[in-house]
Amino acid sequence: MKERTKLLLIVLTFVAAYWVPWTNETIRQAGLESFMMLQEYAREHVLTCLIPAFFIAGAIAVFVSQASVLKYFGATARKILSYSVASVSGTVLAVCSCTVLPLFAGIYTRGAGIGPATAFLYSGPAINVLAIVLTARILGWQLGLARAVGAVVFAILTGLLMAFFFRKEDAARTSGQIYLPDEEEKGRTLTQEAFFMLTLVLILIFAAFAKPAHGSTGLWPAIFSAKWYITGVLLIILGLMLKGWFRKDERVTWVQSTWGFMKQILPLLGAGVLVAGFMLGRPGHQALIPEHYIQTLVGGNSLWANLFASVSGALMYFATLTEVPILQGLLGAGMGKGPALSLLLAGPALSLPNMLVIGGVLGIRKTAVFCTIIVVLSTVAGMTYGWIVML
Amino acid sequence: MEIKVLGPGCPRCEQTEKNVKEAASELGVNAQVEKVTDTMQIASYGVFGTPAVVVDGEVKSVGKIPTKEEIKDWLKK
Repeated sequence: MKERTKLLLIVLTFVAAYWVPWTNETIRQAGLESFMMLQEYAREHVLTCLIPAFFIAGAIAVFVSQASVLKYFGATARKILSYSVASVSGTVLAVCSCTVLPLFAGIYTRGAGIGPATAFLYSGPAINVLAIVLTARILGWQLGLARAVGAVVFAILTGLLMAFFFRKEDAARTSGQIYLPDEEEKGRTLTQEAFFMLTLVLILIFAAFAKPAHGSTGLWPAIFSAKWYITGVLLIILGLMLKGWFRKDERVTWVQSTWGFMKQILPLLGAGVLVAGFMLGRPGHQALIPEHYIQTLVGGNSLWANLFASVSGALMYFATLTEVPILQGLLGAGMGKGPALSLLLAGPALSLPNMLVIGGVLGIRKTAVFCTIIVVLSTVAGMTYGWIVML
Repeated sequence: MEIKVLGPGCPRCEQTEKNVKEAASELGVNAQVEKVTDTMQIASYGVFGTPAVVVDGEVKSVGKIPTKEEIKDWLKK
């Protein structure tokens, strides 16, 4: 952080502390909501959902060989493979958005070309494990699933459209030597790695297993009452795997990268929750912004509501994961499910600052087309989803 | 000797730059360490991943934080 930014932050905090009219009833209510929402996250989501998800993200960043993924983005790679790998690459490559842009520029200029590059650019921030898990947990599994499926489909569609629109220019790219990250030798088979990931995911599922509706019978209450035993057994299995299959330095890098994610994401998420709570409040509670504004702008499932949600999502900057508490607040205040999906699909992948960087790489015309494609697709997907949910 | 650390400015890149500078000063070699943060300039090296380290025009590591020992090996040659 630059010294100037620090000064600006301190001045802003001071101004806020000096002038916030805490005597006003609405402001007080909003301030209270902000901390109530933070508490809800601390109690319900951090230990059983976020922490295991961080460990999974850390494991993916360390144990999935980047070289084995990136080789599909080379100039000679088969196009169908490039697109399919690009569309899911967000889940297997590191979530850090600062690695996405240079890699995107590399794929565009030296590698597989504009199609796979833009597919990767969209999918990179949109489908990381943490985002999908937290969306499903807090906004409901339907929206989580719709987000995951939507993001994969969008990545491919966007890439194909870009490649089609700019097919002539794409042929004129320069080629040159490319350098992939070093392939590290590993003492594990693919099956072992798959089992390891599966165990981590199962731990997440069981630890975060939601309490079934009161009075329901059958499998779900049975699993719920046994969830800590199952989680315990899984943890023991995980320990044995770690001891048997991994070297000491691998275990250390895993914990380090998990810690890296936590440091990077938790403070931002905490701040995001506070702001969302202050502005919008928990579902069913009034905070600063009156609910009828939200309902007029993004309530229901009209074309206007979906378009508004996707355009504002595309312009706004969401720090990793903060889109989730903000949407929780918006949904609670009367936002429609369709517009919520529009915002989720257009939001994390685009923002005004990253449009500027993309513009520097692609040029203004291609960037405008890229953003338009995403906004249009998000609006359509949102309307469709809103329509399906209402059936 | 000219060393370039390629990366847009995330914590991993800063750690890499720090390792490079420490390795160079511990060896006592006269090295100019430059940080390259511009996206297009990074891409012009053809690296698929950051942080990357380039020593005298030659790409030495991509997508990881090299240890001081590794860096010293590159600088000795």
